[in-house]
Amino acid sequence: MTSTSSKATYVVGWAALVALALSLLFALVLSPPEANMGDSVRLLYIHLPTIAVSYVGYGITFIGSVIYLRNRSAFWDLLAGAAAEIGVLFTAFVLITGAIWGKPTWGTYWEWDPRLTATTVMFIMYLGYLAIRRMDLPQEVRSRRAAVVGIVAIANLIIVRYSVQWWRGLHQGRTLGVDTQLDGLMLFSLFLSVVAFLLLGAWLLVHRFRVAWLERQVEDMRLARALSERRGEAGGATLGGAVS
Amino acid sequence: MNHWTFVITGYVIVFVGIAVYVAWVLVRGRSLTNEVPEERRRFLD
Repeated sequence: MTSTSSKATYVVGWAALVALALSLLFALVLSPPEANMGDSVRLLYIHLPTIAVSYVGYGITFIGSVIYLRNRSAFWDLLAGAAAEIGVLFTAFVLITGAIWGKPTWGTYWEWDPRLTATTVMFIMYLGYLAIRRMDLPQEVRSRRAAVVGIVAIANLIIVRYSVQWWRGLHQGRTLGVDTQLDGLMLFSLFLSVVAFLLLGAWLLVHRFRVAWLERQVEDMRLARALSERRGEAGGATLGGAVS
Repeated sequence: MNHWTFVITGYVIVFVGIAVYVAWVLVRGRSLTNEVPEERRRFLD
């Protein structure tokens, strides 16, 4: 095996690709424009699925961090980090597509609305989490600090989720729920897009986790090599001292 | 601006962004597998 691919990732990858192609067809061609928002409603079919991937990613980071602090398993530490990176990438997409969607619907790209502000804070906090994972610290200290942030940061997700209910703002309420305005083809297009993006997220997570595992192996090998070189030098110096 | 301009811009940014990230992950994975001995490539099967 000379890549991070496997039979399972081939299956999930192809399923994600087919689902994404179908979701594009439904989102951009088959689904109708919405009565008030017109064709701009089509941005919903990437805006909501990208936040779904972020939520799942941050949820995995939280679970991975809790388990890591209990049993110090490298598997959960690396899984938490991989999931957070994917979460951050997709939160960036949420903020960008939200801003683009804001212009035709609200007349502005940005507003300090509670949902937008909370999402931005969440994005910055998880960027901080990723920064901790890249700090020049001993591996164990780095992982422990990241795990603590991974647990604390989940509060952001709850704030983002309920911000539209707790505070009044420009952002619409829940897209899916008892007061859902979408129906028929629009609801199906949204459902298909969410499934497609979640499949893509799962595929990405497996690959990113495997890359993180390999990075850890390379880091351990380099450390072992440096230690053995240092011991060799020290041994040589002692021997040299004894001879002279 | 037409609504379609916003829609296409949004889709292009997201899909190009995903494509770049996917390419980075796959290329990095491939180069790292060559650096790591086979017995340490756990989780790759």
